Amino acid sequence: MSIDLAAIRAEFPLLKRKINGKRLVYVDSAATSQKPQSVLDAMDNYYTTQNANVHRGVYTLAEEATSAFESARARTAKFIGAQDPHELVFTRNATESINLVARTWGYQNLRDGDVVVLTEMEHHANIVPWQMLSAERGIIIRWIPITSDYRLDLSDIDALLDGASLLAVTSMSNVLGTVNDLEKLVAAARSAGAKVLVDACQSIPHDPVDVVAWGADFVAFSGHKMMGPTGIGALWARRELLEEMPPFLGGGEMIRDVRKDGFTMNDVPWKFEAGTPAIAEAIGLGAAVDWLSAVGMENIAEHERALTEYALEQLTSAFGDEITIYGPQTAEGRGSAVSFLFNEIHAHDISQVLDEDGVCVRAGHHCAKPLMRVLGVPATSRASFAIYNTFEDVDALVEALHKAKTFFAR
Amino acid sequence: MPGLEDLYREIILDHYRSPRNRGELPTPPALSAEGFNPLCGDEVVLYLNVDAEGNVTDIKTGGQGCSISQASTSMMGAAVKGKSIAEARQLITAFKALMSIHESKLEGGDATAATEEAIAGVRLGDLEALQGVVKFPVRIKCATLAWNTLTQILDESDSA
Repeated sequence: MSIDLAAIRAEFPLLKRKINGKRLVYVDSAATSQKPQSVLDAMDNYYTTQNANVHRGVYTLAEEATSAFESARARTAKFIGAQDPHELVFTRNATESINLVARTWGYQNLRDGDVVVLTEMEHHANIVPWQMLSAERGIIIRWIPITSDYRLDLSDIDALLDGASLLAVTSMSNVLGTVNDLEKLVAAARSAGAKVLVDACQSIPHDPVDVVAWGADFVAFSGHKMMGPTGIGALWARRELLEEMPPFLGGGEMIRDVRKDGFTMNDVPWKFEAGTPAIAEAIGLGAAVDWLSAVGMENIAEHERALTEYALEQLTSAFGDEITIYGPQTAEGRGSAVSFLFNEIHAHDISQVLDEDGVCVRAGHHCAKPLMRVLGVPATSRASFAIYNTFEDVDALVEALHKAKTFFAR
Repeated sequence: MPGLEDLYREIILDHYRSPRNRGELPTPPALSAEGFNPLCGDEVVLYLNVDAEGNVTDIKTGGQGCSISQASTSMMGAAVKGKSIAEARQLITAFKALMSIHESKLEGGDATAATEEAIAGVRLGDLEALQGVVKFPVRIKCATLAWNTLTQILDESDSA
């Protein structure tokens, strides 16, 4: 491994914080990642030296701001393997990206009785927009089930996709950590004539991603889970699709011309970016992909895989039957999100006790209530690792769980 | 920083481990409502038998969630059973005042006076053990879920 973990950790100012006098053990990166200093500096630099609106002024500041904004787009597009930076639409987050597809492509192409195929492991962001379309347009939603080992059950995939217009699927479950077989899913969708939308929120920060190799039509992701700021996300889509799709929001920036009797649209991607965008945040996202590239996505994937393997081993060997891990039981074909139920103690209570030791885990339904119903649990605790986590963080988690067990056994 | 013992008082853990009045009642005649905490997935189901004089003659509770939400449900049921609807409403007001100290402070209100007024003359008993929850603002919604669900039932029966 060619990473210097101590040097990497030193780049994250927040990791120096103490919680209740204890070293911060941040293992909730699937919810949002911490931010390296270079991202904070890039945003600060924009506000302190370049702040002007983009695509409007002809003065030096406006040119610099526009250039920094568009450069961030180009670097982000390149980072995910896109050939054309104009195939990358800036949004607020993956949720907005998916809603954009549902509201534009969906409204244009889906009618009563058309089928959208989802999976049981989707985040609400990739469920509710389609349910809204179902309520308004009468589209039908089919669900790819999960197996008892927490993977997609593809045994009936061709029947499920038969006649479908769209397959909308996560590349990695934010609850189970399961990495889905996109190659197989995209091939099945293609032969059924369905378009494919990938919710890539959990993959892009953790694995090398090439959207062109995936062969998907739409890819949605959020900046704040990949070392970038909140308030910026993106939709990547094939150019011919973006060209055909109607605009999303109306306003400035998305137009070429406006007269009293109507308007003409701007080119892609700006036709989907009405209003002043999140300029500083886009610049921050650009710095985030630079940071990830400098560390190297292969290195990141390798380190996180080692952490995940260690966490699964430690949790299982320390607690045996007292812990149920919801997700693949080995590090094979999974990411670093490890959801679990511990000693029948509710996830909130676990999280509260862990916080005493500075250990931050997510507790709840993880915005995946249909999945939680399939699993038959109201809530789980979830630890999720990023490049800045250490093996000591896993040890601290295990130690804190021992304390929780003692506390609730009193 | 408040300690865990402020939150997880022994009486609370006791109600969590051995919830009182668990079960269902046939509807009708029982009144029923479900409460959800959308942020965390806690659920509470309440069944209430109210006689012609407006007394809560029986209460059963169901649902699932964290120790605070489930203990508060159990304690609420025990406190309300046998009371009149008017007394139940007083309890709700007093309990919610107890839980709103934090919010009231955030809004710059005089928390103490308002709370004392709402609580005056109401015997909260074991429920006072839940007072520690206000030191953990994220958990207040866990504690108030059952009470909001009870309010929902009483309001619906008023308008019926």
